[in-house]
Amino acid sequence: MTSLSSPPGDLAPPPEMRDTPLNWIKNNLFTPWYNGLITVVIALILGYFFYTFLTWSFTEAKWDVIPRNIQLFNVGRYPRSQYWRLWVLLGLICTLSGLSWGAIARNVAKLYSRNILIGIGCAVVVCLLFPVPLPNRLLLVGMTGLVVGFSWVGQQAGRKNPKFGIWVSSTWLLLFFIALWLIGGGLFLRPVSSNEWQGLMLTVLTAVVSIVICFPLGVLLALGRRSPLPIFKGLSIAYIELVRGVPLITLLFMGQVMIPLFLPDGMRPDRVIRAIVGLTLFSAAYLAENVRGGLQAVPRGQAEAASALGLSTPLVVILIVLPQALKAVIPAIVGQFISLFQDTTLLAIVGLVELLGISNSVLANPQFLGRFSEVYLYNGLLFWVFCYAMSASSRWVEKKVNTEH
Amino acid sequence: MTTQNEANIPLWRDERFWKIAVQLIVLAIVVAIGSLLVHNVSVNMQRSGVVFGFRFLDSQASFAIGESIIPYNPAVDSYRQVMLAGLVNTLRVIVVGIILTTIVGILAGVASFSENWLLRKGSQVYVEVIRNTPLLLQLYFWYRAVFTKLPRPADRLEFLNSFYLSNRGVFLPWPTVSWNLAIWAGVVVAIAIGAFFLWRWRIYLMVEQGQSGLNQLYILWGLGIIALLIIIFPFNWQVPQEVSPGNIQGGLRLTIEYSALVTGLVVYTGAYISEIVRAGIQSVAKGQWEAARALGIHSGLTMRLVVFPQALRVMIPPLNSQYMNLAKNSSLAIAIGYADIYSVANTTYNQTGRPVEVMIIIMITYLIINLLISVVMNQFNRIAQLRER
Repeated sequence: MTSLSSPPGDLAPPPEMRDTPLNWIKNNLFTPWYNGLITVVIALILGYFFYTFLTWSFTEAKWDVIPRNIQLFNVGRYPRSQYWRLWVLLGLICTLSGLSWGAIARNVAKLYSRNILIGIGCAVVVCLLFPVPLPNRLLLVGMTGLVVGFSWVGQQAGRKNPKFGIWVSSTWLLLFFIALWLIGGGLFLRPVSSNEWQGLMLTVLTAVVSIVICFPLGVLLALGRRSPLPIFKGLSIAYIELVRGVPLITLLFMGQVMIPLFLPDGMRPDRVIRAIVGLTLFSAAYLAENVRGGLQAVPRGQAEAASALGLSTPLVVILIVLPQALKAVIPAIVGQFISLFQDTTLLAIVGLVELLGISNSVLANPQFLGRFSEVYLYNGLLFWVFCYAMSASSRWVEKKVNTEH
Repeated sequence: MTTQNEANIPLWRDERFWKIAVQLIVLAIVVAIGSLLVHNVSVNMQRSGVVFGFRFLDSQASFAIGESIIPYNPAVDSYRQVMLAGLVNTLRVIVVGIILTTIVGILAGVASFSENWLLRKGSQVYVEVIRNTPLLLQLYFWYRAVFTKLPRPADRLEFLNSFYLSNRGVFLPWPTVSWNLAIWAGVVVAIAIGAFFLWRWRIYLMVEQGQSGLNQLYILWGLGIIALLIIIFPFNWQVPQEVSPGNIQGGLRLTIEYSALVTGLVVYTGAYISEIVRAGIQSVAKGQWEAARALGIHSGLTMRLVVFPQALRVMIPPLNSQYMNLAKNSSLAIAIGYADIYSVANTTYNQTGRPVEVMIIIMITYLIINLLISVVMNQFNRIAQLRER
């Protein structure tokens, strides 16, 4: 009787599970007997793989191909005397990234949490180990310092002035044109022809320009596809389905070979521009499908309520529907941007010398014959870092703009 | 009243008027730009003295391609024939790639739910590494850093004395191609179809009439053993053999270009499919697992009968787009020198200087391939969808 009537609060708490390393291994790796078997097999395969990889990378691999060509990988044959322009550009980008970081995180009590401090530490170590001459390494550390320092400034400014975020975003747009000016020259700077824009710089440049242009295009196409007006709808569907049905390489081929054919005699746009056109036309169609998913997620009542309040159709779309739709599909959009960034490698096939293109020309140098694994692993690492950073920051931004309760 | 009001609205403030007018204006602009482009193309083509047409397909191609299943001889055959050879090569990559990548993707996706920490983390690392690096880079890596670096045929890698890996290609056992093989293969297919219907009948008997279904199970086992015996013996398997040092004959030889392309595409697309499988299984409500357990169904059967059919509904549409991606990405074959339709068409363009016609052929080919994949997957989708009363 007593045991039945005694309230549950009187019961002793369950004994705490002691999670010793040995227990953990037993629970997670060997619990049913077949799991133990799987663990042993995988561990053997992994061990063999790592053993081969490590012995290869310390004995056979000749990593000197990377530091000896690091300038080529980064900026290709960009004139050496003009490097300072790229450093200025990198400094501006770091400053603005710091400011935006601070502005987005203005309501966070502790800007430099433990994880972020660890991240900054890792970034400094990577900058110090990056295989460029020592002064450049220090400059890279300085760039990290710029990001960190200006994030604090951005947070303070964001707290004082609520409009600060808008200022930062418009400065990004301005920086886009400054960047083109700094890289390309003209207006007091020595012009650098686009044939000399190469390496990682060209990869990032084409990716960023295509992203900036394809985003509004994709939103327009998505709106067109959802539009009740039959001609807009038909044209958008035709474009999206046609582009999504063919490989990117055909569009890049069209960009390189067909654009000169499509234009009147004598007009022959720059090779880089033609490549960007191909990339943009391709990603816009995919982006449109992502945005359409977001538009479908916005309840119809939102638009109806806005029209009932007397907003005109364009205002309903811009002020009410689009902000909610885009917020809902941030991961998908960033995923699209990541694949656009990866797709810039295809420019190597149509003869542009971006990161993969310059790697192939380094590998064609008889001095570095057969160093495929070293160079491609380095390329893979760079792409991995960029893409992982993009997806990680998108997850962070998504958490910050998420207003749902 | 209303009619009078409507009549009073000036035309430029009438929304209905603007809706039609804006559409007509946009249509006019699109048509104008389109015709301007077509006009420019025709002017440019006239200047270079080329007349639009597909007659060039009949002239002799006279360039060799790396491999072809259908007979192709560069000395006599036309561009039409070489394009066809390229198309067959493309289809060979797509069909094999889709089958293998589905297997890899499902295995990796299910592994991410494993109780085994090592397996779970391994699947996550695979997905993170593959999805964050470009496919073209991976293809170059597979081709130039793995497959061309394989040992010479004399020091080849062997597996069970019947699978050989060397820089001359990949050798597999393969049935002897003959009429007998076709007949026996037909028998195996017939047995498979029969077994499928027997399976459905058995489930019907078990569910509707409460029978044990044991007799049908024995027949199914018998059919399986017969099919296995047919596959092992009358198929006449040829095992690759070393005739003289470094010279392997018999069996099926896959070129390293083909192997690298298929490996790269399968590994890359598999990572995406694994994420689709993971999301699909996660989308099934937890209550379904719990209800199945409450009914006393053990976990393997729960997965097969309760969770997977529901997950399949969510998985099929994104799977469709991944299969289409694989088909489109197979055009990257040109980077590693495999003679697929795109690479053959590219050579044709370089030889004939006809970008417009070649472009039209490529685009239509890929649109049709993607359409076919879509039609098949939509059929699957219809079968898997929830049938509501």
